[in-house]
Amino acid sequence: MAGFNKANITPPRWLLAELTYSCPLQCPYCANPLDYSHYKQELSTDDWKRVLIQARKMGAVQLGLSGGEPLVRKDLEEIVKHARELGYYSNLITSAYGLDESRIIALKEAGLDHIQVSIQASSEELSDYLAGTKSFTHKKQVAHLVKKHGYPMVLCVVIHRKNIEQMPQILTMAEELGADYLELANTQYYGWAHANRDLLLPTKEQFEIAENIAQEFKKKVAGKMKIYYVVPDFHEDRPKACMNGWGTTFLTIAPDGVALPCHSARELPNLNCPNVNDDSIKEIWHNSKAFNFFRGDDWMQEPCRSCDEKEKDFGGCRCQAYLLKGDMFATDPVCSKSPDHHLINQAIDAAKENSLMIDEKPLIFRNRKNSNSY
Amino acid sequence: MSLNHNLNLKFSSMHRLQWEEAQQKEVILYPEGMVELNQSSAEILKLCDGSRQLAQIVDELEHKFQTTGLEKDIINFLEDALKNGWIQQS
Repeated sequence: MAGFNKANITPPRWLLAELTYSCPLQCPYCANPLDYSHYKQELSTDDWKRVLIQARKMGAVQLGLSGGEPLVRKDLEEIVKHARELGYYSNLITSAYGLDESRIIALKEAGLDHIQVSIQASSEELSDYLAGTKSFTHKKQVAHLVKKHGYPMVLCVVIHRKNIEQMPQILTMAEELGADYLELANTQYYGWAHANRDLLLPTKEQFEIAENIAQEFKKKVAGKMKIYYVVPDFHEDRPKACMNGWGTTFLTIAPDGVALPCHSARELPNLNCPNVNDDSIKEIWHNSKAFNFFRGDDWMQEPCRSCDEKEKDFGGCRCQAYLLKGDMFATDPVCSKSPDHHLINQAIDAAKENSLMIDEKPLIFRNRKNSNSY
Repeated sequence: MSLNHNLNLKFSSMHRLQWEEAQQKEVILYPEGMVELNQSSAEILKLCDGSRQLAQIVDELEHKFQTTGLEKDIINFLEDALKNGWIQQS
């Protein structure tokens, strides 16, 4: 953007490699794009190796191996091995579905640093319902195996209205499984979660009760388990510092090779996100239109432009501004200074209203059939 | 847990200590996170290999940097490191 000094561009530190959009689960809050089924091409093993080399050379060090379900890729071990040789710290972000002990060992030998297992709820019935696949018992077995083989075990539970009242049981489950880290990820409303927002967004009271329980637990397990708490930004009055600032730290590569400044940026119009099949990571990071689009603050409108907090939250999330207001340049409506803040209150009210209805509309599960309709 | 001066100190197997060329710094890597270290912190942690106790670490660093009076700073750092789970005592 005009006025932004390119000399100020910092190198990527975090590379999120979305290896595939294929997934045996159907979670209705999935962050993948609604129309994921239209992207059928996947990068080859050699493409991924090239991406890893180029990003590492620039300074990327944390590598997230995600999807979809990354275990679907038969070359996962080969990619992990390559990442280890380059010096990445590699994080496997998985549903654990289909993961067995021999593969846990093979991935360890390849140099995988940690496995993050997601479980949908603390009860089998709800977890299997949300996953759209019978998987709860197997996930718990995998969590034990991850510990057994000396990985740091991160348990991730995405929190929303369907499971938020299970918070005490979720925390007990994390303790029983011996989690080293527990990620309590309040749902962020993009992709499928946006489509299902009326059914997933908890009330403010539910958030407050759940957060208090989680904070008490955090004190109790201090020194034994670390808690990552992803804040529920719809109930905050300042927006999150999304991605630590656009094009400063995070680089996502989608399964088909499209490079994104955040994993939801595919939803934004006219960004013309570049593809690693056409350009190098260095070219993409420094010179592409998409990565420069929201760098610096020249793009900002009021009230962000003259706000003394703009260095702190960078105007919040561009995708959220687009999804809620239809204007990706707007102040994130989460901010109480935003002229569009009423949109957040409307969303909260609509969700509450929906929860009181006798015939609550059904969740839209993330699967190929539903994706084809977008 | 507090620092026990008579136990051996070892860098945690749940973390990785690594030189980052791009940053010209030693860093600690762990699930989804990274801490950048200054030179003295990195020197202390590199000596936490399971074969040394506090007194030996102080001796070696004072010798290496030709100085004295490092003990208090080293203790402060190691207590933080223990609290953060970067090192273990055995």
